[in-house]
Amino acid sequence: MTTLQEQRPAVPNSGPRPTRRLPDLFRILCWVAAIATVATLAWLIGEIVRQSWPAISKFGFSFVSEAKWIPSRDQFGVLPFIVGTALSSLIALLLAFPLGLAIAIFLSEDFLPLPVRQVVRFTVEMLAAIPSVVYGLWGIVVLVPMMNEFGRWAVKAFKGVPVLDTLFHAPAYGNSLLTASLVLALMILPTLTAISRSALVAVPATLREGSYALGATRWETIFRVLLPTAAPGVVAATILALGRAMGETMAVAMLIGNSPRLTFSLVSPSGTLASLLANQFGEASDLQINALMYAALLLMALTLFVNIAGELVLRYTQRRTAGIR
Amino acid sequence: MPNTMETDVTRPAGTPQAPSTPKSDFIKVSGFNFFYGKKQALFDINMEIPERQVTAFIGPSGCGKSTLLRNFNRMNDLIDGTRHEGDITIGGRSIYDPKIEIISLRRSIGMVFQKSNPFPKSIYENIVYSLRIAGQRNRRVLDEAVERSLRGAALWDEVKDRLNESALGLSGGQMQRLCIARAIANNPEVLLMDEPCSALDPIATAKVEELIHALKKDFTIVIVTHNMQQATRCSDHTAFFYLGKLIEFDATQKIFSNPSQKKTEDYITGRFG
Ligand SMILES: Nc1ncnc2c1ncn2[C@@H]1O[C@H](COP(=O)(O)OP(=O)(O)O)[C@@H](O)[C@H]1O
Ligand SMILES: [Mg+2]
Repeated sequence: MTTLQEQRPAVPNSGPRPTRRLPDLFRILCWVAAIATVATLAWLIGEIVRQSWPAISKFGFSFVSEAKWIPSRDQFGVLPFIVGTALSSLIALLLAFPLGLAIAIFLSEDFLPLPVRQVVRFTVEMLAAIPSVVYGLWGIVVLVPMMNEFGRWAVKAFKGVPVLDTLFHAPAYGNSLLTASLVLALMILPTLTAISRSALVAVPATLREGSYALGATRWETIFRVLLPTAAPGVVAATILALGRAMGETMAVAMLIGNSPRLTFSLVSPSGTLASLLANQFGEASDLQINALMYAALLLMALTLFVNIAGELVLRYTQRRTAGIR
Repeated sequence: MPNTMETDVTRPAGTPQAPSTPKSDFIKVSGFNFFYGKKQALFDINMEIPERQVTAFIGPSGCGKSTLLRNFNRMNDLIDGTRHEGDITIGGRSIYDPKIEIISLRRSIGMVFQKSNPFPKSIYENIVYSLRIAGQRNRRVLDEAVERSLRGAALWDEVKDRLNESALGLSGGQMQRLCIARAIANNPEVLLMDEPCSALDPIATAKVEELIHALKKDFTIVIVTHNMQQATRCSDHTAFFYLGKLIEFDATQKIFSNPSQKKTEDYITGRFG
């Protein structure tokens, strides 16, 4: 009887050492690169903090809680942009999540012949390679006119209906929160699909077999074994996609309408922290620059937080699936 | 070693007992050929596996033991390009009968794999998996099935206080016994085991072997094993396969003391394999 251990070749770990000088040089280079990376990040954050300091000391927390952004009167409050950032990225996620998960399931199962799956996978992953500005242009040409029609119709149709009246409120324009969210959804689809698919593919085949052997159908197996096992990976995909949506700038700036007015209406122009920076930095001066830097700091804190959370969950997943193998 | 075996693998009240005279041909394989694509893996297999006894499949690696075992619950249907000729009946009905749903076939046959494969769920949820997918929601029925199966798998005392903890926290031997408990939770008629001890240490192996011995009272057990001592220790009948053919099938004692085929003798005396 042979066991797994016996078949595994021994790992050579202590052969004769290569000449010392080259590794030393290489190690020094690695250290320099590592320190340079950390130093750059520290410098970047330090500079943003320094530049935003006048605004931080002047406005403090009211910068976050005030809904007025009037540069001519030196009034700066980013609440509308925080709401816009949250709403647009959450709606994008709401739209992209079911689609991305469904595609991931279809790509990891053999419903479709392999060549078809490969084409679909390639196409979805290509979506990630399209530059943001191209999404923006496509949105302007194709989506904005359509959403203009839809917005006007929705405002009329949902007038007086509880909740919906707030979400679809006048003024309706083609450049709106919903238009930006639609494009964002498309942009985060590859992240969602690719990470969810690899989490599903990483589920050991023995679990699938175990489920079938107990009399489960394919869908029962997918929903009760494969998805729960892959769940941490799917959660990580979702969080990373959220981070991407929150920080996305160009396409959103081109489509959202860039209004500083606080609104919960999806068909009205709105703004995000990222689009605010892209739009106003060029012509800003004095306190407005400080205020924009403060907004940048907030945006960075938010996306950093979300991305770190995503990374942590992803790492936890890998450890967990490694445990079942 | 202390005897930790629990022998009360009782069926729940209301479940009809299997007829008291066990059939000698509970699983009947006739003229069975099996192909992976163009490659033929089994050649004209004919055998009758008796009810509520332990039948061992032995033979060198690649001789088709797993292939035949995995045909009993049609797990091979999951592999593209496979095909069979001939027939297999279980309890008198062909498993290929178009009127039998593959799902219900698999529900009536438990399977334990070489590598334990608990789902990343709680111990409890692992056990009740087959009941849940069968639509069972009654908490009392589920609770009862959990206790009965865990007792059946001699695992109850070790895990009864942590049923809601993850099954992945168990030791290797416990995980394999959990998989056995999971396989018998829905009261199957047949229990298929494909080298269930090959990843276990000797103590855990001994426990599983005792378990097999106790379980044959209620289940028709077919076990693939690489280990000839294991076959002698826990089986009543032994089938020796070689290159996809059934060479000899007889009482275990006969096979190991006085085999009628030269090939069998060569194999059990360790001359090849
Ligand atoms: N999924 C498969 N696809 C193609 N050939 C297979 C597959 N599984 C097993 N085989 C082949 O079928 C033969 C019997 O394999 P198997 O039943 O696993 O043998 P055993 O369990 O006795 O070691 C082997 O030659 C093996 O290579
Ligand atoms: Mg095998």
